[in-house]
Amino acid sequence: MNYGVNEHGYYGDFGGAYIPEMLYPNVEELRQQYLAIINDAGFKAEFDNLLKDYVGRPSPLYHAKRYSEKYGANIFFKREDLNHTGSHKINNAIGQILLAKRLGKKRIIAETGAGQHGVATATVCALMGIECVVYMGEIDMARQAPNVSRMKMLGAKVVPATSGSKTLKDATNEALRDWIGNPVDTHYIIGSVVGPYPYPDMVARFQSIISAETKKQLLEKTGSDLPQYIMACVGGGSNAMGMFYHFLDDESVKLVAVEAAGKGVNSGHSAATTFLGREGVLHGSRTILMQTDDGQVVEPYSVSAGLDYPGIGPQHAHLYKVKRAQYVSITDDEAMQAGLLCSQLEGIIPAIETAHALAQLEKMQFKKDDNVVVCISGRGDKDLDTYIKYFNF
Amino acid sequence: MNRLNQLFNSKKDNLLSIYFTAGYPEINTTVDIAEALEKAGVDFLEIGFPYSDPVADGPTIQHSSEIALENGMNLHLLFEQLAELRKRVTIPVLLMGYVNPMVQYGVENFCKKAAEIGIDGVIVPDLPMYEYETLYAGHFKTNNLSNIFLVTPQTSDDRISKIDGLSNSFIYLLSSSSITGGNLQVSVNIEDYYKRIKAMRLNNPAIIGFGISDNKSFNKATEYARGAIVGSAFVKLLGTENYLDKIPEFIQSIRPS
Repeated sequence: MNYGVNEHGYYGDFGGAYIPEMLYPNVEELRQQYLAIINDAGFKAEFDNLLKDYVGRPSPLYHAKRYSEKYGANIFFKREDLNHTGSHKINNAIGQILLAKRLGKKRIIAETGAGQHGVATATVCALMGIECVVYMGEIDMARQAPNVSRMKMLGAKVVPATSGSKTLKDATNEALRDWIGNPVDTHYIIGSVVGPYPYPDMVARFQSIISAETKKQLLEKTGSDLPQYIMACVGGGSNAMGMFYHFLDDESVKLVAVEAAGKGVNSGHSAATTFLGREGVLHGSRTILMQTDDGQVVEPYSVSAGLDYPGIGPQHAHLYKVKRAQYVSITDDEAMQAGLLCSQLEGIIPAIETAHALAQLEKMQFKKDDNVVVCISGRGDKDLDTYIKYFNF
Repeated sequence: MNRLNQLFNSKKDNLLSIYFTAGYPEINTTVDIAEALEKAGVDFLEIGFPYSDPVADGPTIQHSSEIALENGMNLHLLFEQLAELRKRVTIPVLLMGYVNPMVQYGVENFCKKAAEIGIDGVIVPDLPMYEYETLYAGHFKTNNLSNIFLVTPQTSDDRISKIDGLSNSFIYLLSSSSITGGNLQVSVNIEDYYKRIKAMRLNNPAIIGFGISDNKSFNKATEYARGAIVGSAFVKLLGTENYLDKIPEFIQSIRPS
C-alpha cells in the first residue's frame, strides 16, 4: 500500500487542490518548487541548524516510568512540548519561513485556532524580519488571550475573523481571502496538514522530523526502531502526521489517532470528524469533513481550540479509509482528567490537545513488553485558565 | 447551441449580467428577482447557491449567503423553485456556487437537474480544471451545460489557452486578483492584461466580473470585454426595502438605455 501523495496531489481518493483561479499561481508556484527547495542541501543545513539551536531539537524521547507502571507497557513521551514556543507547530513554521524566503516573499499570513501556530509563525517572522499577519477567530481570541498577546509582543498583527462561526475554519477562510488579494508578495503558512496540495505533503515533511528522531531514539533505548504503538491527537492532524510519517510503511506499528469528541460524539457538540463526517471538499482538498446533508460545513466543538476543526488532512482521510491508522475519540472530560493525571504522575502539564492522546491510554489493551510512543504535542501553559476553571484550583 | 451561445452570436457588446444569491433576502423570491431583472433589460443571470465557507467572496456576498442559509435555502429547494423558471424567464441563466454542495448533491444529478429546468451554465470557482476534466466534464457535456472558468491578471497565457479550449460559451475575466465586492482598479498593468487577452484572439468571448459596481466601472470593463457582471452592488440593493421595485432604476444606473 502506498500512503504517500501522487503527482496530482492525491492520497487515494483524498487531496487535490480545490482552489479558485485567484489562488492558482501561488499554489502552482509552491507545487513546482517545494520539493526542489526542501531537498536542497543549503536549505536542509539551515533548517537542521535552526531546529537544533533555535528550537532545541532533538526533542527528548522520555521513558515515562510511572505511566508505564500504570498502563502495563513501556510508555514513551515524544516531548514536542519542550520545543521553543511550546509545541510541534514551530517545526513547520521554520520550514515554511525558509521556503518563503527562497521564493522571495515579503509578507507572511497565517491562520490560528488555539494560537500555537500563530505564535510559532509570529516567532519565525520576528526571527527573519518579515511582516506577519495572523487571522484568528474572534471567539478564539477571547478564549486564548495569552497567545494573542504573545503574537503581538512578537510584532505580528492579529486580525479577528468575524465571519461565520468566528473560529478556526473562518480564520482559514480569511487567510485565504487575504492571499487572493495579495497574490505576488505573500506566502501563506498553513499550520496543519490541510489545504490544497502541496500543503498537506509539505507540512507533513516538515513535521516528519518528529518520527525521524523517534526512530533513532527508540533504537537507542529499546534496541528496535519500531514500537508496537504510536499515538497522537488529531485536529487537522499535523503532529499526528509528523509522528506517523516514518512509520507508515512499517505495517507492524499500530497507529492511533485521537480525535476530540467534545461533550460526546452524539451530543451535537463534538469535533470527532471521522465519526461524524462524510467525504467532501474543505479548504482546498477533498477529505472527510463534518457537514450537513446539503454540504454546509458544520461548526465543531471541543474544549481544546487546537482540535476544534471540522475536517482532517487528506492523508489522514486516506489512512482512515484504508484502515492503516485507527481513529478514536476522547471527550472533554476524559481529556481534562488525563491532563491532570499526567501533571501529577509525570510532572508534565500537557496541552489539552495532547491530553486527548494521553486519555486514550486508558482504553488500550497493552502487553507488558509493548513499546508505546505518545506524542506530547504541546505544553499546557496556554490552557491553565481552562484547567483552573475545570478543576476549581 | 444553448441560450448563452445564441446571446453572444446575436448581441455584440455592452452585455450586462447580474449575480444574486438565491434565498436572500427572502426565501421565496428567487424567480421574482430573475423575472424583474429580465424585464429591466439584463442580458443574462447568475443565481448563486449559498455555501457556509465562501472563500472567494467579500463581506456582502458572504452575508447574503449566511442569511440565505438561515432562511433554509439549499440545492433541493432551489431546484424546486426553479422548476417554473422557464415559464417566466427567457434569458440565459447560470448557477454559481462552491463545489462541496454540488458534490453532496451528486454532480451527475446536479447537471441533469440543472439541464431539466433550463439552466445554461455553471460557475464553480473552487472546481479546478484537472478535477473538472477527469471527473465531471462528461456530465456537463451530456447535459449541454457550459462550465465557466475564471481568469485573473496572474493567469499565464498557456493556461488561458487551455481554459479557452475547455470553454464553450464565455470566459469570466477577473478585473484583479481579489474576492468579490472590491472596486475596479484600472492601472497600466490592468490595461496591459486586457490587451494581452484581446491579442490572444480567444475562441470564447470574455466577460469581466468582480469590482463592477456602477456605470463608470461598467463602461470601463466593456471597453475591453463583451460585457460585465455586477454582483455585490446588486446584492446590496437586495438588502434594502422594496427591492423588487428598485431593480429597473438600478439597472439603468449601471447601463442607461
